[in-house]
Order: sequence, then C-alpha cells, then structure tokens
Amino acid sequence: MTITEENNMTKEEIMKPENLVYQKPKLLNDNPMHYCPGCSHGVVHKLIAEVIEEMGMSEKAIGISPVGCAVFMYNYLDIDCQEAAHGRAPALATAIKRLWPDRLVFTYQGDGDLACIGTAETIHALNRGENITIIFINNAIYGMTGGQMAPTTLVGMKTATCPYGRDPEIHGYPLKMTEIAATLEGTCYVTRQSVHTVAAIRKAKKAIRKAFENSMQGKGSNLVEIVSTCNSGWKMSPEKANKWMEENMFPFYQLGDLKDTTL
Amino acid sequence: MAEEVVLMKGNEAIAHAAIRIGVDGYFGYPITPQSEVLETLAEQKPWETTGMVVLQAESEVAAINMVYGGAGTGKMVMTSSSSPGVSLKQEGISYIAGAELPCLIVNVMRGGPGLGTIQPSQADYFQTTKGGGHGDYHLIALAPASVQEMADFVKLGFDLAFKYRNPAMILADGVIGQMMEKVVLPEPRPRRTDEEIIKQCPWASTGCKGRKPIVITSLELDPAVMEQRNLHLQNKYAEIEANERRYEEIECEDAEYLIVAFGSCARIAQKAMEHAREEGIKVGLFRPITLWPFPSPEIAERAKQVKGILVVELNSGQMIEDVKLAVECNVPVHHFGRLGGIVPDPDEVVDALKEKLIK
Ligand SMILES: Cc1ncc(C[n+]2csc(CCOP(=O)(O)OP(=O)(O)O)c2C)c(N)n1
Ligand code: SF4
Ligand SMILES: [Mg+2]
Repeated sequence: MTITEENNMTKEEIMKPENLVYQKPKLLNDNPMHYCPGCSHGVVHKLIAEVIEEMGMSEKAIGISPVGCAVFMYNYLDIDCQEAAHGRAPALATAIKRLWPDRLVFTYQGDGDLACIGTAETIHALNRGENITIIFINNAIYGMTGGQMAPTTLVGMKTATCPYGRDPEIHGYPLKMTEIAATLEGTCYVTRQSVHTVAAIRKAKKAIRKAFENSMQGKGSNLVEIVSTCNSGWKMSPEKANKWMEENMFPFYQLGDLKDTTL
Repeated sequence: MAEEVVLMKGNEAIAHAAIRIGVDGYFGYPITPQSEVLETLAEQKPWETTGMVVLQAESEVAAINMVYGGAGTGKMVMTSSSSPGVSLKQEGISYIAGAELPCLIVNVMRGGPGLGTIQPSQADYFQTTKGGGHGDYHLIALAPASVQEMADFVKLGFDLAFKYRNPAMILADGVIGQMMEKVVLPEPRPRRTDEEIIKQCPWASTGCKGRKPIVITSLELDPAVMEQRNLHLQNKYAEIEANERRYEEIECEDAEYLIVAFGSCARIAQKAMEHAREEGIKVGLFRPITLWPFPSPEIAERAKQVKGILVVELNSGQMIEDVKLAVECNVPVHHFGRLGGIVPDPDEVVDALKEKLIK
C-alpha cells in the first residue's frame, strides 16, 4: 500500500520502512533536550548530526561545546566532544585539529562566548586559517545566564542588563563578528544563515556541509553564523520570536554568504 | 656510547628535552625570562623531524586552552610561561584539573606582584601549591635546582601527569631558566603513534571509532554527583601524596640546624651550608623537589634532631607555612628571603642563620 492510494493508513503501515519520509539522524540521540521550545539550538544540533552522518565522519568528528545554553551539546550528539571554558573553544579546536589533522573538528558557540569573552581566540583561530568550522549561534542575548545584554544585542533591544534598551552612548554598538571574519586572510568560507523556515533550514544545512568539507580539504577556517531566536530571553512566544527576528535582526544581520574563496 | 654532555640554558634544556622525549605539542606566548623555550623550539623545527606541533598562541589564555584541547585527546602537550602569564593560565589549569587531563606547564618565575620585574623570584609558591585557579584541586609541582633537572623533569612531569591524569608543573625561577650548565639530555624516543595513544588513553576524546562517544568535561550540575567527583579527586590526591614525595637531603646526618630551600635558593643555601660548616656550625640542607606533594613527613622526621630550621626563599615567606605545618611547632622555624628579584649571597644566609637561630 502506498501513500497515494487512500489516506486511511494504519499506524503500523505508516511506520513501515518503505513508507518512511523522514528520519531523525542517528547521531542525534534520544536524550530529552533542555532547550526551551522554539529555541534554534535544537534545530542546528540536528543539522550538524545530519551533516556528519552524511559525510560518514561520525567516527572522526570532535565537537567543542561552549559555555552558554549549548554547553550540553555533548548530551545530544553521539560523537566525541570536549567542553571548553567560556570563549576558549577555538583554542581547543586549534590544538586538536593540528594534533589530529584527519579529524573533523568544529566549535559551537553563542554570541557571548564567541563575540565577547572569546573574541581574541575566535579572531586568531580564524586568521591563522585553522582547518576548523565555527558554528556561531547569534541570538543577540545571553540565554543561559537569564537574558543579559550580549555583544550582538541590537540598539534599543531590552535585556536584563539594559532594561531600558541598548543605548550606544552607554553600551556601545552591536558587533558584527561575521563581517570581521570575512576580512581575515585565514577564512575561506564565511556565511550568515538562519533556521526559522524549512527553506532556511535547508540552506543552513548546505552551508554547514560546505564548511565541514572545506575544513577536511584543508582550505582554511570556516564561520557559519546562524541568526537565532531566544524566545525565553526575548520574552516572546516562539512564533513571535521568529517574526521579531525577521523584522529586527535580519536588517542588521543580513543573511547570505559574506566570503567564499572556493568558488 | 659515551653520554653526550652539552652546555645550555635551563630554558633551552626544557625545549630540547621536550623534542627528545616525544612531546606532541607545545603552545606558548613570549614572556621574559622564559622566551627561549619557544625560541629554541622554533629554531629546532621539530615539526620536520618528530612531527611535534609548535605554536605561538595569541595569549597565555589561548595557549593553556590549546593544551586543554590537546590533552583531552591523549596527546603529550605542554606550555611554558612566567608569573604574569601563569596567572592568565589559571582558569585553564582549573579546567584541566577538573577534567582530569595530563599536561605539563612550566613556570619560570619572576618577581611580582603585577608586572613586577623580569628578575628571578619564588613568589608563585602559594599560587602553585595552594590552588591558583578556582576549586579544590592540586598540581603536581616539581622544583628543579639545576639545568639537568630542567631537562629531566620534562619526562618526569609527563610521567606523573599521565600516571595520575593530572596537570604537572615545573616551578623554576629566572635563575634556573637563564643560567648555563652542563646537561645530559634524555635519550631520544619517537612520539607515540595515534593508534598507541588511543590504546593507552581509553579516556581520550579522539573520535568515537568502535566505541561509545567520550566527553571531556568538568561540568556536573547534580551536587550529589559533583561531590562524588570531588571525593574521587581527593582520593587521587591522597594517593599522590602517599607515593610521590621527592626531596634531597645534603649533610643532614649530623645536622644541628636545618636549612629548607627549593630551586635556585637551594643552590645558594648549599653554599651557605658549606660556609657555615667551615665555621663549625653543623648545618644540613633539606631540598623539597616536589612542592606538592610536600615532603612533610620527611621534614618532620629530620626536624627531630635539630635546634632550629631556616627556610630560605625568594619571597616573603611562603613555603615556610608548609614547613611549620610539617614540624607542628616542635622546632623554631624562621624565614630568610629576598624580594623583588634580588638573589641573596650565601653569606647573607649564614648571617641570617646565626642571627635568627643561634644568636
Ligand atoms: C568565565 C566565565 N564568565 C561568565 C560565565 C557565565 N556565563 C555562562 S553562559 C554566559 C553567556 C552565554 O551567552 P551566549 O554565549 O550568547 O550563549 P547562549 O546561552 O545565548 O546560547 C555567561 C556570561 C562563565 N560560565 N564563565
Ligand atoms: S534560554 Fe534562549 S538560547 Fe537558551 S534554551 Fe532557552 S530559548 Fe534557547
Ligand atoms: Mg546568545
């Protein structure tokens, strides 16, 4: 029986392998995720799991998790992982990739981790052209610690530490790390993606795949920024958060490839 | 084959020993008085011979975190620095201790606090032996007193670090780092292959081929589990304290007075001891080689026969606290130290001995 005949399939029939239309990637395990419903972190984890699986690199991947909401990335991805100190993931990745050149090495970092406390480690790893990928979850806020101002918090955006809105006179301006990364000699692929629609998720997955492949081919450093939502920190429903992101984040953090030396 | 004796600085001996014993990676940042470690490695180009990775990091913070990353994969990795740089490494050292990883850190101490001076000091004793970073942890701390020991302790440090899966530190000072002496370098041996590392280090995160994923972390949110992790660390530290105390005693058999000193100060104290003996004062020298674990039982035993102890340090009185704890007030314990990069003359030590202990 196929799906086209009639829409009255039993549960057992739906579950038959030949009727399978979607499968959770094997590298994404069954541990319940601690992320808030609607959070982008879980979607990006899934994409990473799919890409590693499709590349056949599950036994050669080493992921570095940050300090931030994704600190427990290693609880959900069934690959070897190392948990870095806040901001230091690119330093760990640098050493691991240099010591194990045939491994797939990537970091996964939030905006506070990557663009504030770890700015130096991030810029220097990228500028050295380390053959790694940095996945950068930009949700414009410190999710884990309860919604404080991030280096990427938009002007006027309210957080726990700028409750009247980010004021450049007091707090300075949001930092565009991905634009900076694109100017560095060591980077080969720098892109900004999002995961708020099915189409966006497909594009983001392609970007991650390209970055991982570049790193395995020794082409240089790769930065994949994912403009993300933090509905808890933003104090919005997941649906509203997506809309708010489209209307406020995308004009400032414009999606698309910023640099691609492989073309 | 006759042993090959070479003349070199302590810092250079560290670099040559590291290449010879098959260290996999060195990550450092320049700072006086230890820059010769990185300079020597850069000049030797071991990446062309043994395959050793050598990288000048963007900071000491990055360097220690590169060590953290490499150590998590079971490779033999090290860094070196001097006092202000070692302060920056403390966060990383705490993570490495918390994740129970082996590595070697070299601190060629200079005077502080702050930017201080580039001259020698031993003022980082507290930082090294009492914590430095956050949390209840210990470093295995080795104090070389010669260029030979600088070379030898690279292997010893790694051996102990891997035996206990714990960071080890060579706590040297600017005198030992900069002075030239004759040294016999360790026999060259090849680096371990990746297969050997995976076999020897089943705890390492190297890519989960044929096994379940491994996670290197120090994080645990459940306090009951975290307490167990801490108790496990404390049991390990007790084992290290029981098995790894190292020290040297010179002319202690008939000693009526004891000098306790480590590193370069022990060299000065040895001369002072000789001068005092020429004057008929029976002095012995006790030199702790491991500063942690501290050779407390051995000092306590030796203290039984003496009238007083002088602790000589290039600081205002740090190791003296451990000596006092060891002898439990059974013998008077006094301190003599010079600060800010001044290295004392042996006769200053003799004068201090007479003034403080003999009167
Ligand atoms: C050295 C240090 N400073 C501060 C913290 C506290 N802290 C934990 S996560 C975090 C910010 C995380 O924000 P981000 O990187 O944007 O990740 P998100 O949770 O938003 O994904 C901070 C400040 C810490 N753990 N370590
Ligand atoms: S706090 Fe924000 S970033 Fe963290 S899990 Fe919740 S929604 Fe995601
Ligand atoms: Mg964030």
